[in-house]
Amino acid sequence: MTLFLPILIPLVSIILLIACRHRLKCQQWLSISAVLAQLGTAFYIFFNLGESGHLVAQAGSWPAPYGITFVADYTSAILLIAVSLVSVAAIIYSIGFVDQVRQRGGLFVLFQGLLTGVYGSLLTGDIFNLYVWFEVMVISSFVLITLGAEKQQLRASVKYLVMNLIGSMLFVAAIGLLYSQLGTLNMADIAFKLRSEAIPPLVNSAIMLFFIAFGIKAAVFPFFFWLPASYPTPPIAITAFFGATLTKVGVYVMLRFYSLFAQLDTAFWQPVIFVVAGLTMVFGVLMAASSYDIRKILSFHIISQIGYMLMGIGLFSVIGLAGAIFFIVHNMFSKTATFMAGGLIYLYKGTYDLKKLGWVYKTKPFLAFLFLIPALSLAGIPPTPGFFGKFFLLYAGFEGAHWTITIVALVVSILTLFSMVKIWNEAMWKPEVESANLSVKSVRPAAWVGTVIAVVFTLLLGLTVGFTYDYFAQAGQQLIDPMNYIKAVLPDLIVK
Amino acid sequence: MKTEILKIAAAHLKPFLLVLSLVVLYRGHNEPGGGFIAGLMAGMAYVIYAGAFGVNQAKQLLLAKPLFFMGLGITLAIFSGTIGLMNGADNFLTGVWTSISFGNYDLKLGTPLLFDLGVYFTVAGMLVKVIFSVMEEDA
Repeated sequence: MTLFLPILIPLVSIILLIACRHRLKCQQWLSISAVLAQLGTAFYIFFNLGESGHLVAQAGSWPAPYGITFVADYTSAILLIAVSLVSVAAIIYSIGFVDQVRQRGGLFVLFQGLLTGVYGSLLTGDIFNLYVWFEVMVISSFVLITLGAEKQQLRASVKYLVMNLIGSMLFVAAIGLLYSQLGTLNMADIAFKLRSEAIPPLVNSAIMLFFIAFGIKAAVFPFFFWLPASYPTPPIAITAFFGATLTKVGVYVMLRFYSLFAQLDTAFWQPVIFVVAGLTMVFGVLMAASSYDIRKILSFHIISQIGYMLMGIGLFSVIGLAGAIFFIVHNMFSKTATFMAGGLIYLYKGTYDLKKLGWVYKTKPFLAFLFLIPALSLAGIPPTPGFFGKFFLLYAGFEGAHWTITIVALVVSILTLFSMVKIWNEAMWKPEVESANLSVKSVRPAAWVGTVIAVVFTLLLGLTVGFTYDYFAQAGQQLIDPMNYIKAVLPDLIVK
Repeated sequence: MKTEILKIAAAHLKPFLLVLSLVVLYRGHNEPGGGFIAGLMAGMAYVIYAGAFGVNQAKQLLLAKPLFFMGLGITLAIFSGTIGLMNGADNFLTGVWTSISFGNYDLKLGTPLLFDLGVYFTVAGMLVKVIFSVMEEDA
């Protein structure tokens, strides 16, 4: 039952939100309490993983592989906590940032809808069920992008929807192919069959299709172009929430599939992942370096950072995987915090354009400080979590003697620092441009509170890494040896 | 286009489609049918009516707003999942069955049917909501 709560809580809150859709205060408090309840559940799941580190639930009491299985291990539990922490900050921030029309237009319902999809994807142990959760996410995020119906948003939403539909189509095609070959869609069951029987050749094609489908969701090279086209258009509170959830779920699923299926053929997959990871990093950061809009720079950075996570998957050692998971969590916090601080700059200065901005440091020193911490984290300066994430990944890279990808990662992080310094120089230190015609909007305190929460999370993640590293390493260990996962889902299995 | 033939047909089709949708809903557990298709039928009953008599008149026939039906549907679906919890905390979504006898016919009722009923209301509400919005924009 506990494993279903992360899905039930947002679903129930959707119903309640619809019931009180005319009272904005009620909606706001409901959303906050719903995410707090999700946070509590996430921690409860994390601390009840038990000795083997797995929690399993079968929907409708149908035993695996016939029913739909829900599984939590350290990876999914850690990400569950991270997502619910970020959504606390994101919802408080959007109460302060997003205009009343959008808030009344269903913003909170859609947030909870998106969260339902995210939690479902993190917990499900069934591939078709995973597809359903992906669709839930696509529908909610599509409406979130169009919410408010500005011309720009509608244009972006078409690109977003088309790319995601192509991804979904490939996903379904792969599911059909896999089912025709193995006769099961339970992840643990498939993983066991692949390990105990001869692998039918078409299974590899199915896994490749999965990789492309998830690659589109995660915005890796060469499928990333929908992200910079769509992310900067909705209010930045929504972008911040997207950046923390959508692409990261894509990466999580890749992690899961690599651990269960693709690692059987490392000789083929490792080079593929490294090439994709390297190109994703380089292209993302180069495009970020050439942009002059805060939202665009940060959106391109999302892509670049996805490359690091992929690199961790490709390395596939305990430290590498721990690094990848740590990097996902760090990115959820740091990226959201930078977006939020960028949004506050917009509220005070009326623009995201770096050429028009200036003197934020002089007029709002605390805001500059709030921006500085997550920005340094993205660039990888100690003691921020970005430093530790990169440290684990690079350490694992050198340890495994994967020189090329490791050196690419190092160069990319210098370029990341460059583009963060660019935002800092242009927005904070440059004298204000006199001619800019800026309309200053009113700032509600909730926007400040949300940003501060996100920044505090970022700092805490970096400062507590000594205590938390063990959990990340345990998560990595579980991914390397998925036999315990298989046994947890299929307890009656006779292992030869 | 409002013709007398369509008006007469729509007025007669509406109760017919609604009853048929309930039949399809009930047989859906073991035979072709189910909440989704039945919900579409129920929704279509009102859509055809709106096509013949106009959206405003069709709206008056609805017992509540479409959004209410959608909310009701999701509530029923979730509620049907929680009934199984009476038999232990691990039984979320587990089917619970009961039957009512009419002479020698057993009416089998269970949580899957309740779940389907939730789907039925959600789909019907959704269909009516979407198509009515589009029709209103046209007019």
